[in-house]
Amino acid sequence: MKRLLSKFGFYASVFVLVSPAVLVFLWMISLSLKNELDNTAFPPVFIPSPPTFANYLDVFEKNNFALYLWNSILVTGGAVLVGLAVGVPAGYGIARGKAHKFAILILVARMTPALSYLIPLFLLFQITGLVGTVTALVITHLVITIPIIVWIMIGYFENVPMELEDAARIDGASTWQAFRHVALPLARPGIVVGGILAFIFSWNNFIFSVVLGGKASRTLPSAVYNSLTFEQISWGPLAAAALLVTLPVLLLTVLAQREIVAGLSAGGLKDG
Amino acid sequence: MTSSTLPASNLASPAPPAAADSQDFTPRYWLFSLPAVLIIASVIVFPWLFTLYMSTQDWKIGGGQEFIGLQNFVELARDPRFIESMGHTFYYTVLAVVLPILFGTAAALVFHREFPFRGLLRTIFVMPMMATPVAVALVWTMMFHPQLGVLNYLLSLVGIGPQAWVYSPNTVIPTLILVEVWHWTPLVMLIVLGGLAGLPKEPYESALIDGANAWHMFRHITLPLVWPFIMVAIVIRTIDALKAFDTIFVITQGGPGTASETLNIFLYLQAFQFYKIGYASAVVVIFFVIIIMLSLLLLYARQKSKWNA
Repeated sequence: MKRLLSKFGFYASVFVLVSPAVLVFLWMISLSLKNELDNTAFPPVFIPSPPTFANYLDVFEKNNFALYLWNSILVTGGAVLVGLAVGVPAGYGIARGKAHKFAILILVARMTPALSYLIPLFLLFQITGLVGTVTALVITHLVITIPIIVWIMIGYFENVPMELEDAARIDGASTWQAFRHVALPLARPGIVVGGILAFIFSWNNFIFSVVLGGKASRTLPSAVYNSLTFEQISWGPLAAAALLVTLPVLLLTVLAQREIVAGLSAGGLKDG
Repeated sequence: MTSSTLPASNLASPAPPAAADSQDFTPRYWLFSLPAVLIIASVIVFPWLFTLYMSTQDWKIGGGQEFIGLQNFVELARDPRFIESMGHTFYYTVLAVVLPILFGTAAALVFHREFPFRGLLRTIFVMPMMATPVAVALVWTMMFHPQLGVLNYLLSLVGIGPQAWVYSPNTVIPTLILVEVWHWTPLVMLIVLGGLAGLPKEPYESALIDGANAWHMFRHITLPLVWPFIMVAIVIRTIDALKAFDTIFVITQGGPGTASETLNIFLYLQAFQFYKIGYASAVVVIFFVIIIMLSLLLLYARQKSKWNA
């Protein structure tokens, strides 16, 4: 009896833990599938009947959603690719060269609020005429992607045994070849983890696009936010847009759960 | 990397290990970091230095600029709105650290046990932390609506009267904390779960023989062993809570009035609403000092959380 009770208590606590997440996401889906009448009904309508996809059509037809989606793909894609191209060798260099002070600089860069980079970069882009361009956003998003990729790669390369590269070098490989053909393939899981986390943090970033994005260059989060402030608020399309914005990241979380968990506990932390 | 779930396993230790052969390798590895160094110098270090410079200027976008030394900092110390925002930030940070730490540790203890569908449920539990903050904040905004929001309806079902949520200065910060707890409890859970994964079995076996109950084992074995990981989580939460921006900005923009204006929101408004970039830079400098100190604390905490296995 006591055992049964404690088992029940355990499952009750699992239920309590998981339900807030379930509740918010289900409500988001529910809002996005209902017409405006049901969305503003009180008491609220929980199950859309019948569900309507009109809100989703609305998002694509009236709000330039496709353009902002493309901007987000360009900005995040560009920043992650450059971040990997530059950050992976840097992680290797820091790990092997034991540049610990540089590692601390990277950590501080990860911790500094994103907002604090914005004033100088804003001025810089104003002088160079880049304000309101996608290029400015890609450059700024490097502030997010490079530190996280470098930070994660340091950890992975430190776990690649040095002996293998030493052996390659004795066989006549250059430092670059030892990196390219020995260390790099062994650190591939780290590249995946770093790339995924950099993607998520860059995709989710809001503030850079709010300040530096123009009407034609802003990314999805700030575009959706703007539709809240500048157009009349209707909940259905807004919820649909919000869901579409966060969907890629949620799918990635489900598909790459293991990598993300490993990366976050290995020092991925969060961005802001 | 079998130990990759341990947060500490991955840190470049700040104290150089005494590897005798490592010195002569340094120069040839330097080139690998060069491209990153150049980019970091221009988009990270340059902004830091330039901010330092700007903080000594009386500089408004569209107006002129003038060197005024530390005058911005003196003015900040006298600015009631800044002082108020410091107070809000402190209030917000304390709650946004303590609550996720408590819930996250409890959640880690739950998810550490084996049960059916654990993987799936853990994925669902972790999702809030990955979700785009702006998107989620929009949904919360709709849920907080005083007349039509689903939260007041749910409360009415259990006999609680309607709340003003973010529409009253008294409840706005606790309400924002609710969102913050929802978002970031999973991160604490993951960090502590990493610590639990490395726990040795022997102390529990001998405690069982000694007739210890579950609470005793938690209090005297689990907690002390996992404490370093909780410390890491506390420092990370502190930093994140200090720089919380997205959800506050989307849901309240610091309002009603200035009731939820934290340091970060104050900074944003000074810089990009009032264009007082010299003044705003002084805020950044203060922020930066706090962040550096906390980062060093984080390094120290991680060092301590290293398992000797």
